[in-house]
Amino acid sequence: MTDLFSKFDALIAQREGLLATGVTDPFGLVMERVISPTVAVCNGRETILLGTYNYMGMTFDPDVIAAGKQALDDFGSGTTGSRVLNGTYAGHRAVEDALKEFYGMDHAMVFSTGYQANLGIISTIAGKGDYIVLDIDSHASIWDGCKMGDAEVVPFKHNDIVAMEKRLKRIPEGAGKLVILEGVYSMLGDIAPLKEMIAVARENGAMVLVDEAHSMGFIGPNGRGVAEEQGVLDQVDFVIGTFSKSVGTVGGFCVSNHPKFEIMRLVCRPYVFTASLPPSVVATAATSIRKLMHGADKRAHLWENSRTLHKGLKDLGFQLGTDEPQSAIISVIMPDLERGAGMWEALLHEGLYVNLARPPATPAGMTLLRCSLCAEHTAEQVQTIIGMFARAGKAAGIL
Amino acid sequence: MDRAATADRIAALIAPFNKKGVAITDATTFAGDLEFDSLTVMDFVAAIEDEFDIIISMNQQAEIETYGQLVDAVVKLQG
Repeated sequence: MTDLFSKFDALIAQREGLLATGVTDPFGLVMERVISPTVAVCNGRETILLGTYNYMGMTFDPDVIAAGKQALDDFGSGTTGSRVLNGTYAGHRAVEDALKEFYGMDHAMVFSTGYQANLGIISTIAGKGDYIVLDIDSHASIWDGCKMGDAEVVPFKHNDIVAMEKRLKRIPEGAGKLVILEGVYSMLGDIAPLKEMIAVARENGAMVLVDEAHSMGFIGPNGRGVAEEQGVLDQVDFVIGTFSKSVGTVGGFCVSNHPKFEIMRLVCRPYVFTASLPPSVVATAATSIRKLMHGADKRAHLWENSRTLHKGLKDLGFQLGTDEPQSAIISVIMPDLERGAGMWEALLHEGLYVNLARPPATPAGMTLLRCSLCAEHTAEQVQTIIGMFARAGKAAGIL
Repeated sequence: MDRAATADRIAALIAPFNKKGVAITDATTFAGDLEFDSLTVMDFVAAIEDEFDIIISMNQQAEIETYGQLVDAVVKLQG
């Protein structure tokens, strides 16, 4: 018998080798208690959280919590059903209404996760004979959506407008075209030149899907994302987003002005063949989304945090993913996985949690310490974080 | 363009990616013999696409394991 697990042997060996050096397992961390959007108890120690996607700090918002508790009381713990059968409650409609209002769009469709939103929309709209042209650094859920569909998949170099245009122009005449971009690329925290890229996509007759998972809530005048910030949201056919970042719960969605969009509810398998979100989740999401519409002060503070941390780490001599802060993600580039894991552990000992990101999640085989800021981080916390990086960087031999 | 002429142009393009100077035949594999990782594949495919003004989609790439298969695919894609 061939052991089907033998294909994982190289990864198992790499992992064992890393743990043999005595480093704490970076992928085995448990948060024993969560005190606030920015502080948790990890391994018995109070730790500042700098590796969540809780950008707007909505997870402990009193109105959000109250809405969730009320929905638990009124509608129970779960729907036990698909959205198209017994899984659509008043709360699911309410959160879709909140999304339509938030984005100023005609249609909104809520999925059980952001991953499923990409999986479902991409695999359903791009079919046999159609072409998907996408950035090579696209999120795994986008790639998996491509793989699940039957379209021809054509990647181009990250954020390279000319490479994208060349590929669009080579697509056979008459074929359907879908360009897939992200507002913020979550590994390096860089943004896409959406204005230019979307113009090229439209000139070449492509429909455009933009994943704004990491920008919702704080980029753009109304927090609608990078496309709004660059003034091209009306040129986007489909915006994909998530409730698991700024909204502070779990779930995914697509908003669109396409006149036939509602048919998706019948043909999109990752929407149809799964249980809908629990009533408490959609209630917290709807409340959070409506509060995010009025989050201008929080947005300003988050940007201030991002600029302060970026400058602080740059001044210390760390190599960062972007020359200027472009989002709430500040990525610190590590020389290799071993030293990255060492630095990650040194930070944890300081009382700071960041994300250790490694291939295949990262571009160009990089090891990254990914820091994501929250609007609830105080200015003092950000200074504390910079001090922790200085000490850990020396302890781990990075600085 | 015939197969030989296409093969000559591809041979010129592959040189900068053939870091170990592997002797290339139709049976040479990209993943095994040339040790191309996914990033090298992307850059190499982009170079071929630009040279011949074609698209080699990822679906087509999945069918191409050897140098000979690549040359055949490029000949076919040029029509």
